[in-house]
Amino acid sequence: MSAEAGYAAVPISVIVNGVKHEAVVEPRTLLVYFLRENLGLTGTHVGCDTSQCGACTIHLNGRAVKSCTLLAVQANGAEVTTIEGLARGGALHPVQEGFREKHGLQCGYCTPGMIMTAAYLLQSNPDPTEDQIKHGLEGNLCRCTGYVNIVESIKWAAERMRGQHVSG
Amino acid sequence: MFPANFGYFSARSVEEAADLLNKHGEDAKLLAGGHSLIPAMKLRLAAPRYLIDLDQVPGLRGIRLEGSVLVIGALTVHADVASSDLVRRRLPGLAEAASVIGDVQVRNRGTIGGSVAHADPAADFPVILTALNASLVSVSPSGKRTIPVAEFFVDFYTTALAPNEVLTEVRVPLPPSGVGTAYAKLAHPASGYVVVSAGAWMERGPSGQCASARVAIGGLGGVPLRAAQTEAALQGQPLTAQVITAAAAKAAEGADPDGDSYASADYKRHMAAVYARRAIESAAQRAAG
Repeated sequence: MSAEAGYAAVPISVIVNGVKHEAVVEPRTLLVYFLRENLGLTGTHVGCDTSQCGACTIHLNGRAVKSCTLLAVQANGAEVTTIEGLARGGALHPVQEGFREKHGLQCGYCTPGMIMTAAYLLQSNPDPTEDQIKHGLEGNLCRCTGYVNIVESIKWAAERMRGQHVSG
Repeated sequence: MFPANFGYFSARSVEEAADLLNKHGEDAKLLAGGHSLIPAMKLRLAAPRYLIDLDQVPGLRGIRLEGSVLVIGALTVHADVASSDLVRRRLPGLAEAASVIGDVQVRNRGTIGGSVAHADPAADFPVILTALNASLVSVSPSGKRTIPVAEFFVDFYTTALAPNEVLTEVRVPLPPSGVGTAYAKLAHPASGYVVVSAGAWMERGPSGQCASARVAIGGLGGVPLRAAQTEAALQGQPLTAQVITAAAAKAAEGADPDGDSYASADYKRHMAAVYARRAIESAAQRAAG
């Protein structure tokens, strides 16, 4: 773009949950608002708005990041997965199933971010210890303090993803 | 919250970024991972007229060896520094510092160049890079230069970079055998930022004595401080727990920290001694091992 661009809107192209979206955005548009307001994907939540709580966690090119601390223009050319894109073909992701089975939520506000971070954790570490799960969630806060069941949910999902029999 | 509006450039080369900086001067800011700048812009603590995004500039990411120097591209994210086999094996203190920045998501996006150029007095990299005697490479329209870390951090949020310079590389000399490195941090329990931290580079001589030591302390002022009295007290001495504790007790000598609502000045001084001891002990063990 030219050096005389001023505050000109910027064209971007982003693949979100496997679908390519082209849009023209104000440079200051935060990615989380682009997802929620332009694309209607309101599963990604805004909690603290200061990079602390993790409610806005998405995957950007396969990595968990906080979409309240990214500009939409920084996602230009990237692949984004949101909570809406985690289930495939009507089948819940094992982490989503785990949160249902182990009741890993109370009010539910932090849940999409928790699930996105947990799914990212299990990608790189399919058999985490309880301690590794807790450290993996350091960037996600649950104001209901429902952490015990959240950790149980992720353990359940890890077992399911490793193909082990899960009882109860 | 959202930032004040700005003009956005996506630079395609370091030279283009440097030219844009040269043209717009103090009105422009470079955007790396954005994990210091975007929060500041959302809070309207910063409102640059132009952002120059470095994301599409080739060659600024990755970790490689150049002879006996580890070269880290400015856009390398913290998670990649923390998980690099090369860094973990040869400079464990640097991997430790990278692994305790922010949280998982922040480390996936924040960059070493962004952290260093932002020069937050509560950041981790400036402290360990001071202990490791790193240097910083920058490019401007007038060329390239290498800045020793001791000259790089000038004051709170202020570096030796000129307004038209782009930080491109962090260079860390690989320690020879017999040297250990470590980083120890007292993190603020809510923000995760440094209250006090210490980086150590310890060289063990043939008879187990300290052949040389570099100890840097963060959290006591605007820039990382070398704990000169601690280093002097270690020099030539056997690396026993007693010697290390006595030397570490001098870590805050000459520093004049400000107290704040979380930690008083006295508490910071005391914690400087505690965390210096931990970093020195850990580095000395690695030097032996």
